[in-house]
Amino acid sequence: MGTSTPNASTTSTNDRREPLIEVRNVSKWFGRGERRIIALERVNLKIYPGEFVTLLGPSGCGKSTLLRIITGLAQPSEGEVLYRGQPLRGVNPHATIVFQSFALYPWLTVQGNVEAALKARGVPAEERHQRALALIDKVGLDGFENAYPRELSGGMRQKVGFARAMAVEPELLCLDEPFSALDVLSAESLRGELMELWTSKAIPTQAILMVTHNIEEAVFMADRIVVMDKDPGRVVAELEVTLPHPRRRKDVRFIQMVDQVYAAIAGKTQPEEVELGSAPGEPGKTEMLPHAPLGALAGLLEVIAASGGRADLYVLGDELVMDLDELFPVVEAAERLGFAQVDRGDIVITPLGESFAEAGILARKEIFRQRIRRVPLIRWIYTTLLQAEDHRLPEEVFLRGLEQDFTEEEAKRQLETAISWGRYAELFAFDDNTDELFLEEPTPVPTV
Amino acid sequence: MQKRRIGPAFVPGPAFDVGDAVVVIAIIVALYVGVRLAFQAPAVIRGPEINLSPRALPWYALLSLGRMAAAYLLSLLFSLTYAYAAARSRLGNRVLLPIIDILQSVPILSFLPVVVLSLTALLPERLGIELASILLIFTSQVWNMTFSFYQSLTTVPNDLREAARIFRFNTWLRFKTMELPFGAIPLIWNSMMSWAGGWFFLMAAEIFTLGARDFRLPGLGSYLQTAANQGNITAVLWGLGTLITVIVLMDQFVWRPLLAWADKFKVETVEADEPPQSWFYDLLGRSWLLEQWQEHIISPLVERLDLAMVRSRAPQAEQPAHNPTRGERLWQGLAIGLVVVGLLYGLIRAIGLLQALSATTWLAILYGAAATFVRVLIAQLISLAWTLPVGVAIGLNKRLAAVLQPIVQIVASIPATALFPVILLFLINLPGGLNIAAILLMLMGTQWYLLFNIIAGASAIPRDLLYTTETLGIRGWDRWRTLILPALFPYLITGMITASGGSWNASIVAEHVEFAGQTHSTLGLGAIIARATAQADYPLLLGATLVMILVVLTINRLFWRRLYAVAEERYKLD
Repeated sequence: MGTSTPNASTTSTNDRREPLIEVRNVSKWFGRGERRIIALERVNLKIYPGEFVTLLGPSGCGKSTLLRIITGLAQPSEGEVLYRGQPLRGVNPHATIVFQSFALYPWLTVQGNVEAALKARGVPAEERHQRALALIDKVGLDGFENAYPRELSGGMRQKVGFARAMAVEPELLCLDEPFSALDVLSAESLRGELMELWTSKAIPTQAILMVTHNIEEAVFMADRIVVMDKDPGRVVAELEVTLPHPRRRKDVRFIQMVDQVYAAIAGKTQPEEVELGSAPGEPGKTEMLPHAPLGALAGLLEVIAASGGRADLYVLGDELVMDLDELFPVVEAAERLGFAQVDRGDIVITPLGESFAEAGILARKEIFRQRIRRVPLIRWIYTTLLQAEDHRLPEEVFLRGLEQDFTEEEAKRQLETAISWGRYAELFAFDDNTDELFLEEPTPVPTV
Repeated sequence: MQKRRIGPAFVPGPAFDVGDAVVVIAIIVALYVGVRLAFQAPAVIRGPEINLSPRALPWYALLSLGRMAAAYLLSLLFSLTYAYAAARSRLGNRVLLPIIDILQSVPILSFLPVVVLSLTALLPERLGIELASILLIFTSQVWNMTFSFYQSLTTVPNDLREAARIFRFNTWLRFKTMELPFGAIPLIWNSMMSWAGGWFFLMAAEIFTLGARDFRLPGLGSYLQTAANQGNITAVLWGLGTLITVIVLMDQFVWRPLLAWADKFKVETVEADEPPQSWFYDLLGRSWLLEQWQEHIISPLVERLDLAMVRSRAPQAEQPAHNPTRGERLWQGLAIGLVVVGLLYGLIRAIGLLQALSATTWLAILYGAAATFVRVLIAQLISLAWTLPVGVAIGLNKRLAAVLQPIVQIVASIPATALFPVILLFLINLPGGLNIAAILLMLMGTQWYLLFNIIAGASAIPRDLLYTTETLGIRGWDRWRTLILPALFPYLITGMITASGGSWNASIVAEHVEFAGQTHSTLGLGAIIARATAQADYPLLLGATLVMILVVLTINRLFWRRLYAVAEERYKLD
């Protein structure tokens, strides 16, 4: 058990077997030329028969893209995917996906949904009914064959998703964040049931590949955790999980493992000195604004301050009931603005962050205003507006500028985040009627 | 209660672009070809003998219904294929969509003279007129259905699409299991709207007569017109009764059951509080015979079809079209070149024909357009004045709605064109009678769209906003200004766009009539088009029809589409 480089990750037993899936030097990018966005960069991955592998990482690290490339839903821009040694062309007929959003056809009954997958493979009616009913039984939905998805709870819908995926007896079962749309209890029981089916070999599936951003979930289920990072999306570590099943979350070794994974992720995404990057259009890489809601930023700092200025990220996520996906942008924002620092899986508040947490509304705005002026993207918007005739410019101007560094969609999101920060800081605001940004006169801080 | 907006949806975009120009030129050329053919139209066309006995009515009703059904089936087939092609091909967004967008805002009835004339020139008279009526209804029905299905096809959620691919659905299964069900509900609503609109055009076509050419068709429309012409009130009442019965029966036995059945295709993952109800559908659901039929005949057939399709067609990836080879490029270029040359040639010939018109004639056309515009405006303002308070009252009050909604629906379902001869019977001898009758026809034909949209909009205002307004003590005009009008805005705009289009259509039949052996005409573009047809003045027919199309298109693009965009962006309550 331990961190290792991707090349040395496989254990000796695996070396002798032929991998089910082999991802070779796969890169994926969108767009062309200057505006090319790299979603995945030279990813290598092997999945062996009998393995349960999870892809873990923050949103935007390309883990879902990688899953789609492995199943053949998406094509790599470079590199190739081998299935049992053969290059994959088109959708992999031996793979199925369980979707985060279930992706059930709402107009088909439970049985109809499961049967649709069989019908597409030309299975005749009689056999189809029997196989579908047997699977519905297996996932514990007997009695609900004729129910429509909208009559079922989220957990039950996902059971249909599993039944449908297993109906075609795939060799590779892909799970795309299958539990993240469920309530905590349903998710937990469904995880347990899946693990029971898997470890007892009740299903003919050869290997499972799961995408998740939930670290505990990964440690709970996987034999191997592939840690990914973003900008560009790539594999940064692979960790073997050798704990025996069923795993218990209170187990000391389980907690150690979770901490280890946290360190692997947090250690990579937060560099020690804050890299501010350059403004759009300038040479150098323009650092993205993390899409952090400001309420959450203030809340986070208050919680850290209350727990003595230092908190375990893992415990914190648990306490705030936040997913990795929600927590990390906030942590990143805190770091970028100099309010906090990440240190080996812990987050530590800075004196500045402390005074922010203790300040009143207007004083907070003042601190925030001073800090975000240092962020090149914000400064760029501010100075551009300052130079404009009546301190007003159409949104388009900034979007065009941002699009030099980001996709059209990301440029929009960046500007949205920038505007919400700018509004809070009373630096600049947005006029919805004219679609213009304009400079604001700040409210003076009262000297009480 | 129905909370859906009824009317066209606009594609956001610039006011006019190159694609629009091409489509407009194509329309001009098509009109020119029609007008050229009209030169050969028979000079005298004998109309049918209409039997006013009530016993003839079932036959007439069947004839009218037959035309409607034929046109509707044609529309349905066309919308499914065209929308599919538009959604799938790369050309879709750039070419196929702008075509629908223009055609849906062109006043279809202005084609009526050109279409009937050219088809009677090409085919045996009666057949030509029958086809012309079907073609006309088709063109009035098809665009919104096509547009709706296109929108459904392009908005199928990505996860459903991916599921279809990973589970290896082929084109057939994808269409049957995913795309058609996903588009079913909007398609049915649009079908209902198209069907209702179709009656308007069918009646117009059935009573169409100009000078020595009697283009009438035996059917409910001509029955009503003949009855009114002869002042036979009993027959008028019989005719109206039959028409209403047919419409109500269609509603009860076709549309309501369809809606109730289609409820299962809705995508919302929660149970709706008020699913559409149909007693007939419930009855069918309990029928033993139907169950047997379904189980032993339909299901096995569908099963066979599905398996045959699955086995014959391997799943194809939903991939963007491959890059064309050089040969294909060559052919494409050649085809496009031919079309361009053809269009340009047609355009030059059309301009040549138009040169026969003097400047005074053009002025008269513009003058007529202005007169019709004023009439449309008056009709719109009158509709707005009464539908706004009434619609809001109905929409906000569930009990009132329960009582009034069915009545309003029946009254609204009578096509205004069917009533037109009856109105004329009473108004034609008054001073300015035709003028009033024309405005009345526009009003009757279009106010319902406005009313239904307002009712839908008012009932869609969220309860919490209503309560908040009440708690804040916002009353009277302030309540209208801060809550009701903004909330209604998208619905109002959609309603008014439909109403305005309908009014322009109505002008063709309304401004120039032959009643009880006499010709009555008033100032207006519709009257000019009708007169040109009657006097076989084909350059004038072409010129006036073109002006009407361009005027309506310009109003739509410069005025309505902008308002529509504002409504979509700022006043949408979801």
